[in-house]
Amino acid sequence: MSSVNVRVAAVERVTPLVKHFTLVREDGSRLPPFSGGSHVVVSMDAGGKVYRNAYSLMGSPADTNAYHISVRRQERSRGGSLFMHDKVVEGSVLQITLPTNLFAISRMGRKHILIAGGIGITPFMSQLHDIERNGFDYELHYAFRSPEHGAFADQLKARCGERAHYYIDSEEQKLDIRAVLSRQPLGTHVYVCGPGPMVTAVLETAHDLGWPQRHIHSEQFGAPPGGEPFNVTLAKSGLVVEVAGDTSMLQALEQAGAEIDSLCRGGACGRCMVEVLETDGELLHHDDYLSEAEKASGKKMMPCVSRARCTHLLVNL
Amino acid sequence: MAHAFKKETFRDDYTYRNSPEAIRRFPFPFAEDRYMYSVNMEPHTSGAPGSVVEHTVDVDEHYVAECMDKAITLSKDPGRYAALPHTMDAQWDTLELIMDAMSRDYPDQFKLTKNGNEWSWENKPLGIKDTFTFGDRSTLPMEPFEYIGRQSQGDWVILDQRDNDLYADAGIVTSQADWSLMFDAGMSFMQWHGPVPQAHEMGVFERALKYLLNMQYGSPVRRLNWTMTINPRLDTSPENYEQWGHERNTVTPQNAGEKVHLRVELQTLYRLPRSNGIVFGIRCYLISLEELATYPRWAKRMHRILKGLHPDLVEYKGLTKYRESAIQWLSRYDDGAPLELGTQPE
Repeated sequence: MSSVNVRVAAVERVTPLVKHFTLVREDGSRLPPFSGGSHVVVSMDAGGKVYRNAYSLMGSPADTNAYHISVRRQERSRGGSLFMHDKVVEGSVLQITLPTNLFAISRMGRKHILIAGGIGITPFMSQLHDIERNGFDYELHYAFRSPEHGAFADQLKARCGERAHYYIDSEEQKLDIRAVLSRQPLGTHVYVCGPGPMVTAVLETAHDLGWPQRHIHSEQFGAPPGGEPFNVTLAKSGLVVEVAGDTSMLQALEQAGAEIDSLCRGGACGRCMVEVLETDGELLHHDDYLSEAEKASGKKMMPCVSRARCTHLLVNL
Repeated sequence: MAHAFKKETFRDDYTYRNSPEAIRRFPFPFAEDRYMYSVNMEPHTSGAPGSVVEHTVDVDEHYVAECMDKAITLSKDPGRYAALPHTMDAQWDTLELIMDAMSRDYPDQFKLTKNGNEWSWENKPLGIKDTFTFGDRSTLPMEPFEYIGRQSQGDWVILDQRDNDLYADAGIVTSQADWSLMFDAGMSFMQWHGPVPQAHEMGVFERALKYLLNMQYGSPVRRLNWTMTINPRLDTSPENYEQWGHERNTVTPQNAGEKVHLRVELQTLYRLPRSNGIVFGIRCYLISLEELATYPRWAKRMHRILKGLHPDLVEYKGLTKYRESAIQWLSRYDDGAPLELGTQPE
């Protein structure tokens, strides 16, 4: 996956728990434009340990000078958001992947209902640019804990006017999902990003009201690339290759000089398939190539995307 | 590469020919003696100097003549350009992609100046010079996708990604191998590939679709596809079948070398940044069997491919009427000895 180095040009505290980071390219060149709802995966090098978190891009997709992300401080997490809050300052250098979009506006939709909870507002900040540019009809429903936690609410009031609705928990204002979805015309799409219970409630209500599956969208980040480190032994040479957490098994095999063919490097073409001779653990298949039966057999794997959780893995290379 | 653009035709008197340099760089697709579908996609990164994949968008000696042939086809049948209204973001994305690539890789021929959204574009081979506002349709003489499509070789189709599928929602298609834009516009990926025999059973399209849905901006991919065409004709569309279909009956073992052309499509796919769509480029390279046989290794391989081709594919690719003549013509190059793997000419 292509990635670029960025420098933090500004850090702004938006709410007691949310910081807004402005990222520019380290070499001063421009960043690519992107589509609303895109995210990047930010790699943070915390002295040997690398955190990888996905964050939605909030700025205008046409602004190629800078990307904007917002990070909510999560006390009980793997540590990425704490690192962003406590260690990353103006001038820090981070690595980001190029944008990927798993939460795009459906361009055939007649109307778009955006439902955000808390920090879940971020993908909508860029989606709104696409919606406005294309002149789509929309409503924004934004729920947050208390007035001081309504990140960007003032900005949105000016930008969206009567199309935006706010629900402040501490003031007993409740978002009635069923009421919002019930009054929509046919051809409407709904998008939800927020805490798990809110996402579930929207999905269930929409299904319950008979909305077609393809009109219901929720933000879901794919599994971050990489994982736990493991070792793989090559049967023909006896060589033991270490696969670091932030490297694919294919990359590690290539770096070790193993003879391995590859083509798509995305788990689709089947070209880099390796034969597994022995393992004392579990194969973590992430490809679309092998059938479920093949995956279950534990005899083959696609090292471009798949990994293992084990202390011993012997492959026929 | 210094360009001398050829004056030639792809219809009527068919004066199209390849120079020795063009023959040498021809994207011959057969690495082994047998052909079957596979997901033969690979990253579209810069290939060997002089090859057709050295640059993102290949501009070769046929550039001017191909653009002229495209203009003729579009004037006779404006329906070869079609775009649904929601593709406008993707149209601008595509214009930027092609202009960036051509001006970067062929700076003597194409020049792009960006001053914010005020852009100037100069296309010297076609004598075009325009200034326009990026994103503002009214500042170009036609829709951005048609504008840039007319100034590049090959066909382009814009795929909108929604509902976990891809929809062909815009296209400029004038050199297609017997498929119709009007028939396919708005179709999903699976519907579009519906008629291809042998491949569905193999799950080829399911895997290809998953791969494309996950395709990243900045990591384009490519593959080669092929068929055969009688006479060097770009526009072998179903709409104009009556103009070219009968030419298949004119092939004999004596004239096959001159009449029968291998038609190779360099297909490229790019994730588009603003629209999250995909643009699909289908660039056609034509070579007669005679030109191909400049390199006997290629003629020998071609002979074996045609002899061993699965009957369903012979039918699907429309080779039935002249396959035997082509095999006879090529047989003089095949001594039966084993041929090493690889697509190289010598």
